[in-house]
Amino acid sequence: MPTYEKILLKKMEQPGYTGTLPEYLAAGGYEAVRSVLGKVPPAEVIERVKRSGLRGRGGAGFPTGLKWGFVPKDAGVPKYLLCNADESEPGTFKDRQLIERDPHQLLEGMILAAYAIGCHHSYIYVRGELVYGATVLARALAEARAEGFIGKNPLGSGYDLEITLHRGAGAYICGEETALIESLEGKKGLPRIRPPFPAVKGLYQCPTVVNNVETLCNLPHILTRGPDWYASIGTEKSKGTRIFSVSGHVNKPGNYELPLTVTLRELLTENAGGVSGGRALKAVIPGGCSAPVLTPQHLDVGMDFESLAAAGSMGGSGGVIVMAEGSCMVKVGEVVARFFHHESCGQCTQCREGTAWLHKVLARIERGGGRREDLALLLDVCDNMIGKTICVLSDAAALPVASYVRYFRDEFEAHVRERRCPLAA
Amino acid sequence: MTFGEQTERELAEILTRYPDKRSALLPSLHLVQREQGYLSPAAMEEVARRLSLQPVEVLEVATFYTWFNLKPVGKHRLQVCHNLSCTLVGAERIIGTLKEELHIGENETTPDGLFTLQRVECLASCGTAPMMQVNEDYYENLTPEKARALLQQWRAAANGG
Repeated sequence: MPTYEKILLKKMEQPGYTGTLPEYLAAGGYEAVRSVLGKVPPAEVIERVKRSGLRGRGGAGFPTGLKWGFVPKDAGVPKYLLCNADESEPGTFKDRQLIERDPHQLLEGMILAAYAIGCHHSYIYVRGELVYGATVLARALAEARAEGFIGKNPLGSGYDLEITLHRGAGAYICGEETALIESLEGKKGLPRIRPPFPAVKGLYQCPTVVNNVETLCNLPHILTRGPDWYASIGTEKSKGTRIFSVSGHVNKPGNYELPLTVTLRELLTENAGGVSGGRALKAVIPGGCSAPVLTPQHLDVGMDFESLAAAGSMGGSGGVIVMAEGSCMVKVGEVVARFFHHESCGQCTQCREGTAWLHKVLARIERGGGRREDLALLLDVCDNMIGKTICVLSDAAALPVASYVRYFRDEFEAHVRERRCPLAA
Repeated sequence: MTFGEQTERELAEILTRYPDKRSALLPSLHLVQREQGYLSPAAMEEVARRLSLQPVEVLEVATFYTWFNLKPVGKHRLQVCHNLSCTLVGAERIIGTLKEELHIGENETTPDGLFTLQRVECLASCGTAPMMQVNEDYYENLTPEKARALLQQWRAAANGG
C-alpha cells in the first residue's frame, strides 16, 4: 500500500502537537511569511501560486492564482481577503480539523493571500456552530498579534495587516461567496447576481477574494517549497493533495489527505477501511451532497476534478459519503432534498419552489404515497432548476436527485408500485 | 436598554472592526443571545437603534439564521444533526431516544425548562456521527445509551446532584 507525504495534516499529526504558536514555529511555521512579506513583490507571489496550479478546495475548484489576478491593481479602495470557514457541505469536515488542530497554518496562508492581493484588513467568516473552532482561532490570532505576525508593520515588512474573526449564525448558503459577503455586511445571505464578480466589486463594493480554509492552508507550503514542487503532485490539471472527508458506511471514517492521483477505490479500501459491516458497496457520493451519486462501477475513477466530472459527478468539497447494500436510495434522496429545501435562500423561484417540490415528492414516495407520474415530475422539476438561478444551490439540489433516479430507478418504481420501501424489514 | 458589562464592552470593541457598522449585526446578536439566551423584540430593537437600522432589518436577519433563538429555549438546547451521514449511522435512533426520554417533540421544550429538542443540518462532524450540538458544545459518536446518560447527567446537575 503506497504511503504519501502529507502536507496540510503533517504538523497536527505529530504526537502531542496542539497547534500553539511555539509549536507551529518549532515545526517550521511562518517561514513563508518571513521570506515573502515585504521581500517578494505581490505580483510575483500571484505568479507562483498560478504556476503551482492550486485550485480552490471549497467546492468550485477554481484556479486560485487566476482568481487573485482578477483583483484590479490600483483600485483606489480597500481590498478584502475573506477566509471562507463556513464549512457546511454535508459530508465535509476537513476545514474544521484544519482550524481546530493547526490554526496558525491557516493564519499564515491568510497573511500570504492578503499580501498578494493588497488587502490590509482580512476577515475569517467561520460558521456560527463551530464555537470551539472560533475559540481556537481567536487564541491563535492573539498569539500571532502578540508575536508581531499581524498588526502594524508585522516582522518589519512595512505591510500592515489586521485579521478579524467573524462568526456566521447557521446558514449553508453563506458558504456561497457572494452570500458570505452579504452576510458579512450584516444582511441575510442572499447571493448576488454576477457580474460584477467579487474580485471587482465584493465586500462593501470593494475588490474581494474569498478563499476556502484548505486552499489558504496550502499557501505556506507552496511558497516555501516552491510552485514546481507542488505542481509535481497530482494530475495534469488537478495539482497537489486534497483532504477527503470520508463518512457513512465505512470502517474508518475521517479525514484523509492524499494526492489527487488517488482513485476512489484506493481512498475507500486502503485508507477508510472499506465498507462497514462486511457489506457490499451500493453507492457513494464523492464530493459532498451537491455531487451526483456514483455506483460500484465507478470505483476506479480518479478523485481529481476532471475524472469525477467525466464520470458525471464532481470533486466538489471532497466529502465522500459511503452507502452500503441495504441503504434505501429513496430515503437518501429524501434526506438530501430535505436539506436543500431547508437551505434555499428563497430568492429565485426555480430554487424556492423546486427544492420544496423535490422534497415533497420524494417524501411522499418514501413513505409509500408515490404516484406513477412522480418520477417524470421529479425529473421535470430538476430540469427547470438547472442553470437558471442566481447561484448554484438550485443545481446542487437538482443534479443529485436526478442521479438517484437515474441509477436507482427500479428502487423508486418499487416504492411507487408497492406503496412501501421494499428494503424495509 | 443596556446589556451586561461584558456584553457592552464587547459590543463596543466589535464596532471598531468594521468600516460599516451594519457588519456588526451578527456579532452583536451573538453577544446578546449569549447573555440573554435568546433575542427578544426589545433586544433586537435596541441593536437596531445602535446600528442605525430599522427593527425589521434586524428581525429579518434573526429569522434567516438558524442559530438565533427568537424565544427562550431550555437550559440545554439539543440540536441533533439529521443530515445524510448522520442518518446513515443512526441519527433517527438518537432523535427517537431523546423524544422518548423527554416526552417532547421537535422544537418543543420540557415543562421543567431543561431541554429543547431540535433537528439541525450538517455540523461538519460526519466522521464522528451520529452527533448533536448542545448549546455551544459538540457531543459526538453518540449511541442511544450515551444520549440517555447525558440527559441523566444534566438532570442530576439541575437537581443539585
